[in-house]
Amino acid sequence: MSSPMTPGIAAARLPSETVKTHFADLHEPLAPHEASVAADRCYFCHDAPCMTACPTSIDIPLFIRQISTGTPEAAAKTIFDQNILGGMCARVCPTEELCEQACVREAAEGKPVEIGRLQRHATDILMAKQSHPYNRAASTGKTVAVVGAGPAGLACAHRLAMQGHDIVMFDALPKSGGLNEYGIAAYKSTDDFAAREVDWLLGIGGITVENGKRLGAELSLAQLQADYDAVFLGVGLGGVNALRTEGEDKNGVIDAVDFIKALRQSTDLTKLPVGRDVVVIGGGMTAVDAAVQSKLLGALNVTIAYRRDRDAMSASPFEQDLAASKGVRLLFNVQPVAVHGNGAVREIELEYTSDDGTGLKGTGEMIRLPADQVFKAIGQTLTTDAGLELSGRKIAVTGAGRTSVAGVWAGGDCASGGDDLTVTAVAEGRDAAMDIHATLMGSN
Amino acid sequence: MADLTTEFLGIKSPNPFWLASAPPTDKEYNVRRAFEAGWGGVVWKTLGAEGPPVVNVNGPRYGAIYGADRRLLGLNNIELITDRDLQTNLDEITRVKADYPDRAIIVSIMVPCEEEAWKAILPKVAATGADGIELNFGCPHGMAERGMGSAVGQVPEYIQMVTEWCKKYYDKPVIVKLTPNITDVRKPAQAAKDGGADAVSLINTINSITSVDLDIMAPQPTIDGKGTHGGYCGPAVKPIAMSMVSEIARDPGTHGLPISGIGGVTTWRDAAEFMALGCGNVQVCTAVMTYGFKIVEELISGLSQWMDEKGYTSTSDFVGMAVPNVTDWQYLNLNYVAKAKINQDDCIKCGRCYAACEDTSHQAIAMSDDRTFSVIDEECVACNLCVDVCPIENCITMEAMTPGEIDPRTGKVVEKDYGNWTTHPNNPANFAAE
Repeated sequence: MSSPMTPGIAAARLPSETVKTHFADLHEPLAPHEASVAADRCYFCHDAPCMTACPTSIDIPLFIRQISTGTPEAAAKTIFDQNILGGMCARVCPTEELCEQACVREAAEGKPVEIGRLQRHATDILMAKQSHPYNRAASTGKTVAVVGAGPAGLACAHRLAMQGHDIVMFDALPKSGGLNEYGIAAYKSTDDFAAREVDWLLGIGGITVENGKRLGAELSLAQLQADYDAVFLGVGLGGVNALRTEGEDKNGVIDAVDFIKALRQSTDLTKLPVGRDVVVIGGGMTAVDAAVQSKLLGALNVTIAYRRDRDAMSASPFEQDLAASKGVRLLFNVQPVAVHGNGAVREIELEYTSDDGTGLKGTGEMIRLPADQVFKAIGQTLTTDAGLELSGRKIAVTGAGRTSVAGVWAGGDCASGGDDLTVTAVAEGRDAAMDIHATLMGSN
Repeated sequence: MADLTTEFLGIKSPNPFWLASAPPTDKEYNVRRAFEAGWGGVVWKTLGAEGPPVVNVNGPRYGAIYGADRRLLGLNNIELITDRDLQTNLDEITRVKADYPDRAIIVSIMVPCEEEAWKAILPKVAATGADGIELNFGCPHGMAERGMGSAVGQVPEYIQMVTEWCKKYYDKPVIVKLTPNITDVRKPAQAAKDGGADAVSLINTINSITSVDLDIMAPQPTIDGKGTHGGYCGPAVKPIAMSMVSEIARDPGTHGLPISGIGGVTTWRDAAEFMALGCGNVQVCTAVMTYGFKIVEELISGLSQWMDEKGYTSTSDFVGMAVPNVTDWQYLNLNYVAKAKINQDDCIKCGRCYAACEDTSHQAIAMSDDRTFSVIDEECVACNLCVDVCPIENCITMEAMTPGEIDPRTGKVVEKDYGNWTTHPNNPANFAAE
């Protein structure tokens, strides 16, 4: 058994019971009475701002009213009608920047209705009770290939299956779920929720899943177009940006997404090694997830090093506070210039930055931090454009996910437009499905 | 701090807060603790005639209505009068009164509508040293089926008759407690006065079914699959009680008859409102059954603070002060014109005012793309619904128009003179009189 003080990269820094507590639900589910009290706070606003703020436009006042009148199952149906991954979104949505930020009680008293937790309350109840709440329409005889079984692909496949189409959903990885399964902090998706949700969603029927099939390797877009009536791409961003820093190839310098992926697939977190001194480079959700989970595993010193100031950080203030509360140090206005060490990383050298309005510049002043592990979390990239037109570094789409090629739609993180959020991916997958349906049925 | 000492029918109590005749005042243990907590007086739970006491059900006696966060807004009960032996109650009353001479103890009584029954019990009650009696003509369940309680309170002749017997056989104050389960409360109040009552107290509880169990299809509270109507009380009944109090206070026949106000009094403000409508004191029950005796501390501190702020030195200073302002609809000033005004700084943009006005009223609130809500004066009739549904207090207010201005809704000049329905040109009776 090692400890937080153990030098280098080591497993079992904390007793297994402590680790279990650390990785318990970030937001405990609401007990029925708590849910009733929380639901009573909703004003049932006209044309509610929370609903407008929700990328999937869930009828939030209605579902909360349904909870308050003792019908959480009906509430869940209201949620799933708009967002079939309402269970996961209830756990991972940055509600503090979406529905809860828009809540009029946030304006009134700085304490919004707990929409996210109420959504989880309702969806948990229905999912525990009912195998699957939707039926398929009569078969259309049409087939659609959905590439990528993440939030966008799942939402798209489900909505298409509901309309009576037959779907084959491919995914490069051995398990479906995409970032829900491999990318989100473990304390946001406890008890294997991502996998359970996929199973529950597939209960609609009509969706065949083929894992281990990657676009650009086992799959080609041309073949998919030939074999299916339509194609939806929800392949996400599988690549990771490099630091382009001297010493980046040293042992211990890894992609944050790989660390998180390993953590999420680990069956015993005390066997997962983590550094004593961990430095995470980046300022987004992935950086926070990697840093916080390192700390929870027992790393002694964890620092998030971000090149701009706090306001520019894409991780929300809630996430920043979460990291700080777990003991993560947030270091702003620093950029990596060199990774030092003899084979393995020992230190990272950072340069202070400033921005006088003409762009970010190094000030010439340096700081060195001890580091056994450096996690790179400076953004993800598309791994293949599949011959489609790009907009910036993403697949260009117009309308409801239409790509430059007729018969091919795209949504989620790989497609242009929208935030890289689970809920946005669900909305895009769903809307593309309805556009595909209309196209296939000749009403477009 | 204002002196809350109150004299009601010559009975002094350190404050105007009495506990109503109900479970909290059923026995010595409770009443002693209530007095220790600070209550000014109690009306002892209703005594019945000598002999085997009544029996209560052995299942649920109460049903409830809740607001947000399970806040109890209304309670109903199917409990009867005291189910303890008469002599036990009398002995306890005697002991407690001896130990708390500065507190008011009124004994509630309900015996059959026969002179002998009243003649028999009244000397026994007098012997306890209690300060007065209250005639329970209000209990709407159980006892009414036996010709007592509200069965008496619904027949003014009976009220007068029994009151007369009490005045004949008892020489201390007689308070008649009225049932609200009638159409015109002025009639029983008049009957009580005609019988010589020193005061009336109201309201007793209202016939009610609080809820229906949809699994077993039975009203609640449910006793072995069946339920019966109970008596409704608590904050939900306060508006009904205050209206009835005001009718008695302003009716020429009963004006000036002392009133003890009952019905949902929960806070000092409730008490002050009842008293402003003419009550010399108030009686409290549901609030203590919900929160315990301790709430009297808030009643005392709140009323004292308010009296100090207003410069009142005695509760009698403000009793009845609102009565002259209670009038009939026909005397309301139809020349008074107000418009709703939304304070944009306070508005949280929930849109409830818009939904209420647009869907159910006068389409007098506009909503812009950025969710700014504003009043359309051309449509606003000042109905107050927007104020009532707004979650932010004082965000929407009703602003009176100045005489001489033109009401954009009617295009007419706001008149400065008072003008009511009796003289309005649209009143057919007005034309008939010409």
